[in-house]
Amino acid sequence: MKIIVCIKQVPDAKDVRLDPKTNTMAREGVASIMNPFDRHALEEGVRLKEQHGGTVTVVSMGPPQAEAVLRDAVACGADEAVLVSDRAFAGADTWATTYTLAKAIEKNGPFDLIICGKQAIDGDTAQVGPGLAKRLNIPYVSYVRKITAFENGFLSLHRLMDDGYDEVEIPLPGLLTVVKEINEPRVPSLKGKMKAKSLSINTLNAEDIGADANSIGLPGSTTQVVKVFAPVFKGERTMLEGTVDEQVEQLVNKLEPYL
Amino acid sequence: MDYFLTEEQRMIVDISRQITDDKIIPQRAELDEKEEFPNAILDDIAKADLFGLFIPEEYGGFGGGCFDVVLALEQFGRGCVGVATSYAASALGAYPILLAGSEEMKQKYMPEIAAGKKKAAFALTEANAGSDASGIQTTAVLDGDEWVLNGTKQWITNGGDAQIYTVVAITDRSKGPRGASLFVVEDTDAGFSYGQKEKKLGIRASSTRELIFRDCRIPKDRLIGKVGLGFIVVMKTLDLSRPGIASLGVGLGQAALDEAVVYAKQRVQFGKPIIAFQAVQHMLADMAIQLEAARALVYAAAKHIDAHPKDMSKASSMCKVCATDMAMKVTTDAVQVLAGYGYMREYPVEKMMRDAKILQIYEGTNQIQRNVIGQELNKEYT
Repeated sequence: MKIIVCIKQVPDAKDVRLDPKTNTMAREGVASIMNPFDRHALEEGVRLKEQHGGTVTVVSMGPPQAEAVLRDAVACGADEAVLVSDRAFAGADTWATTYTLAKAIEKNGPFDLIICGKQAIDGDTAQVGPGLAKRLNIPYVSYVRKITAFENGFLSLHRLMDDGYDEVEIPLPGLLTVVKEINEPRVPSLKGKMKAKSLSINTLNAEDIGADANSIGLPGSTTQVVKVFAPVFKGERTMLEGTVDEQVEQLVNKLEPYL
Repeated sequence: MDYFLTEEQRMIVDISRQITDDKIIPQRAELDEKEEFPNAILDDIAKADLFGLFIPEEYGGFGGGCFDVVLALEQFGRGCVGVATSYAASALGAYPILLAGSEEMKQKYMPEIAAGKKKAAFALTEANAGSDASGIQTTAVLDGDEWVLNGTKQWITNGGDAQIYTVVAITDRSKGPRGASLFVVEDTDAGFSYGQKEKKLGIRASSTRELIFRDCRIPKDRLIGKVGLGFIVVMKTLDLSRPGIASLGVGLGQAALDEAVVYAKQRVQFGKPIIAFQAVQHMLADMAIQLEAARALVYAAAKHIDAHPKDMSKASSMCKVCATDMAMKVTTDAVQVLAGYGYMREYPVEKMMRDAKILQIYEGTNQIQRNVIGQELNKEYT
C-alpha cells in the first residue's frame, strides 16, 4: 500500500500568544512542533505499512524550516519526505492549500491512501483533508477513530460521532482524517533518527508542481482576514431569579439582541 | 554539565528522554500501585530500537557499548526504576550469551532480544546463594544429548515475563568455583515453572519470581560456552552490567533533586519559599554535588569498560557503590525537603526512596562491591 501522510508544522500550543500591538501570532521564541493530530495520522500510516507492506511518504507544505517536522516523521517510521515550499505559497488559505497539495501529490505519483489529522491546532479549520479529497476526486472519511479491516481494496472504519460511531467502508484510493483516539503515537526510533539525519528531502516549488500562479498563495485564496483580536474576558455575572419560566423569559430577552 | 556526547549518543538520550517523559512518568504511580509489569512501555522501548543498544549490528542491534546502555538507563531510571529494571534485566540475561555463547546460539537468540520481541532474564541467586555464589544447589547433569536441570532460583527479575533465561547450575560440585556452568532455558521447556510473584518494597512494576526446575531437560547445545566456566562468565557479565545499575541511581537521584528543587521554590513557610532558607539550600546543594560527582564517575567507568581493559571490575564496582549510595541519600533527602507531603503517595518522592533501596542490594550488595574494590587495591599494590 502506498500511503501519503500530510503533516503541518505548527507553533507549540503551550507557547501560543498574540502580540498585543499587532494582534498577530507572536512567532518569535515560540517552538514549532508537528501538528498533534498529524502525529496520529503518521502513526496510523506506519501501522498500516507494518501490517500490509508498502511505503509511507510524508508531505508538508510550508517554509524551508518545515523540513524539521518531515525529518521527525521519518524518525517515527515514514520512508520518504516531500516538502512543498515556495515564497509564492505564502498567505494560502485552505482553498489555495488544497490546490497546492493536490498538485504536489499528483506530481509525486500514484498512491492508495492519504491520511491527514482531523485539523491543525493553529487554523483549526478541519477543511484541508476533505478539500484535498475533493481536489483529487477521491472518496474520504473524516474523524476516523479506528481502522478495522483492509480487504479487497476497501478499508473498514469507525467514524467518531457525537453519540457513538458509524461503521463505514471506503474504496481505495481514498483519504481519511483521523482523531487522536485512533492510536497512541510512538516515539522516534534510533534507526529512524539515523535515517532522518541523512535523508535528502524532495523539495517541490510552484514550478515543479505546475501550479497556476493565480491559484496559489494569497492571490489564490478566497478567505479575507478582516480582523484578528484577542477576546477580552470580562468575567461579568448575572443571576436570574424567579420561577423557571420567568428565568427562561429573562434569558431569552437578554439573548435576543444578539440573534 | 556538558559531557560532550557524540551525535549518536545524544540521539539515544533524546529518544530515552521522550519515552520517559511521554510514557513512563505518566504511568509510574499506577504501575507501582497495581504492581503491574510494564508490557506496553517495554513495547515502546522495543519499537524505538533500544533493546539492542549493546548488541552487535550483525545480530540486529545498534552495536554500541556499556556507555550507550548507561545513557538510556539514566533516563528510564529518572522515570521509574521498576520499569527501567525490567529493561535492564533483559540485557543482563543476554550478556552471557553474547560473551560466551556459540555463533549459532547468538544467531538464534540475539536478534529476538535486540528487537525486544523476547525478553531475557539472568538466574544466579538462590535461597542459600546470594552474595556467596558457592552456595548454589541447582544442578545440571548430562544425560545423552540433554542436560537435566534440578533446583530452584530465587528473586529472578523478569521471572515469568521473560522468554529466555540464562541459568547458573552446578555441573561438578567437586571442582568448586570451576564446577558451575551456564545454560539457556526457554519459557516453553518442559520441567520449568515459576513460583509466586514476590511482593516488594519498591520497583513494583518489575516482576520477581522463583524459577523451578524439576527434571527440566534441555538440548545439549544450550550450554553457554564451556563446562565449568560459568562463574567466569557471570563475573564478566556483572562487570558489564553494574554501570547500568549505577546509572539508574544517577537517573533516580536526578528525579529526586528535580522534585525537591521545584517544591522548595513553591513551598512558602514563614513568609518565604523554603529554598530561601539556608538549611534547605545546603541540603539541595549537597544533593546536586553528590549527583554530579556520581554521574561523572559512572560515565567515566562506562567509557573505561567500552575500551575493553583487563581490569574492569574495580571501575564497575566503584561506580555502582558511589551512584547507588548517592541515590539512597538523595532520595531520602528529597523526602525530607518535601517533608509531610514527601511522605504521602500523592507526591512521587516516597516511591523514589522505596525504589532506591534495591540499588544498594541487587547485582551484588554494596558491601560485596567494596570487597571487590578492596581486593583489587590489594592486588594493585603488590
